[in-house]
Amino acid sequence: MKKLLRNFAFTSGLILTVLLVVVALAAPLLARYDPNVQDTARRLEPPSKSHPLGLDDLGRDVLSRVLFGARVSLRVGFSVVILASLIGITLGAMAGYFGGWTDTIIMRVTDILLAFPGILLAIALVAVLGPSLNNVILALVIIGWVGYARLVRGQVLKVREMEFVVAARALGARSPRVIVRHVLPNVINPIIVMATLGLAGVILSEAALSFLGLGVQPPTPSWGAMLTSGRRYLGLANHLAIFPGAAIMLAVMGLNFLGDGLIDALDPKYRKEL
Amino acid sequence: MTQYIIRRLLQMIPIAFGILTLVFSLIHLIPGDPAVQIAGESARPEDVIAVRKSLGLDQPLWSQYVSYLTHVLRGDLGKSFQTNESVTVQIRQRYPATMQLAFGAMLIALAIAFPLGIISAIYRGSWIDNLARVFALIGVSMPSFALGPLLIIFFAIDHTWFPVSGRDEGLKSLVLPSLTMGLALAAILTRMIRTSLADELTQLYVTTAVAKGVTRGKAIFRHALKNALIPVITVVALQFGSLLTGAIITEQIFSWPGLGRLLLQSISTRDYPQVQASILVIALTYIFVNFASDLLYGVVDPRIKLQ
Repeated sequence: MKKLLRNFAFTSGLILTVLLVVVALAAPLLARYDPNVQDTARRLEPPSKSHPLGLDDLGRDVLSRVLFGARVSLRVGFSVVILASLIGITLGAMAGYFGGWTDTIIMRVTDILLAFPGILLAIALVAVLGPSLNNVILALVIIGWVGYARLVRGQVLKVREMEFVVAARALGARSPRVIVRHVLPNVINPIIVMATLGLAGVILSEAALSFLGLGVQPPTPSWGAMLTSGRRYLGLANHLAIFPGAAIMLAVMGLNFLGDGLIDALDPKYRKEL
Repeated sequence: MTQYIIRRLLQMIPIAFGILTLVFSLIHLIPGDPAVQIAGESARPEDVIAVRKSLGLDQPLWSQYVSYLTHVLRGDLGKSFQTNESVTVQIRQRYPATMQLAFGAMLIALAIAFPLGIISAIYRGSWIDNLARVFALIGVSMPSFALGPLLIIFFAIDHTWFPVSGRDEGLKSLVLPSLTMGLALAAILTRMIRTSLADELTQLYVTTAVAKGVTRGKAIFRHALKNALIPVITVVALQFGSLLTGAIITEQIFSWPGLGRLLLQSISTRDYPQVQASILVIALTYIFVNFASDLLYGVVDPRIKLQ
């Protein structure tokens, strides 16, 4: 752990990520204004002492909206990563452990989903399901579980033939018990790395969908949606585009750094597989 | 080689069918009655019936699927609700713009990544290597929808060197959108070239070449670089596919009249046949590019063909 903390990327990643989580949790305490209260008389006002990041096109405090925007990003991020990893781990473990038809069907589905560009599929799904926070989560889970399933299947195939698993089976352990007690603990490290890097990817995708008008709907503050409205006032009020953009960048950079450091700590072999 | 191509082509068939099935199912995922949703909540019943009929939604599902596949195989992707023309008309108009953008971005990425990657590999640990590392980390964390507006503020508003949006000013219009997409790719490629070349430089054949009197420059550029570029070439080809989907966002930032913008415009007008067709064309181009990159890998690295 000490060695890990000396790793610059890991430490700065950890600091940025902790900051992101704290900001998201404590947004109501940190924000000086209600993110949805409008003061149209002062719309597009540049940063000042009372409003450090300025006011948006409806006169709302940009800092408060950036702080509350972290909540949306993390809510989507964690929901998608947890759901996608649970589904992916279950299906991947089944495919690897049972083989045969189960494996063929699950892997053909992952082939198709992997061949389909991820963000395009998410756009397509949200377009037909309708733009909303839940549909964004659903779409990102549908494209997100595939990576976990592939990873777990590969690892399970390796572990399945190892002596301790064969021994557990010989002693009469049933398949679910063998998978959960003996196989999964051996594949958990690469999953943690994938989940950390995946969180960054999901935050980016949510912001992208919201930027395209397909994600979180107004007035809920979301970094992507804030950028969309900021784009309309480029040249007039640049702060509307700069600050949400910086927030996305810092959040994603923090998680990428953290993931990168975790690779070295938990699973150096994974770097080659990435 | 022919056997390799045939094998890869055969692998592509089920994936292409899978994509067609996914695109076909999209319309059936619309919550409630798709015909009502498409015609609008306040549409007259006869309009809803007309929509249902025009999309074949009154037929059994299997017959809709077979009819969809046969139409697609004949090149008929349906009629746009907006223009009442074949959806391929719009796609044909927009496709070149997206391709132009993807090529522009690739060109910029290569122009940055090659020199930077090679220099960082040769001078490992130097300030330029560290600079390249920071550039790569920022590059992969900076989404196009955050970078694009920054480029617009600096290069199109503060200094009016390039147009803010559109595609009317030829090459000048292409610069900012290409930069927006190309910088992230440049970041990835710089790291790749650096790692790959640095690995090769530690190989014994490079030491041997230098020991035999070959100059270091020659050993790097004539021997090591050739081998280092094998994985890079595949990544370049694969990333070209990602540029096509990245274009959806960049086109929106710069109002670039490409396929991505067409897709988003069709989504907002609920022109589902146009949505389906645009998605299908982007996805098929993407898997074709991936297929081509696999073939390329086989060409540049003969070991792949043998596996």
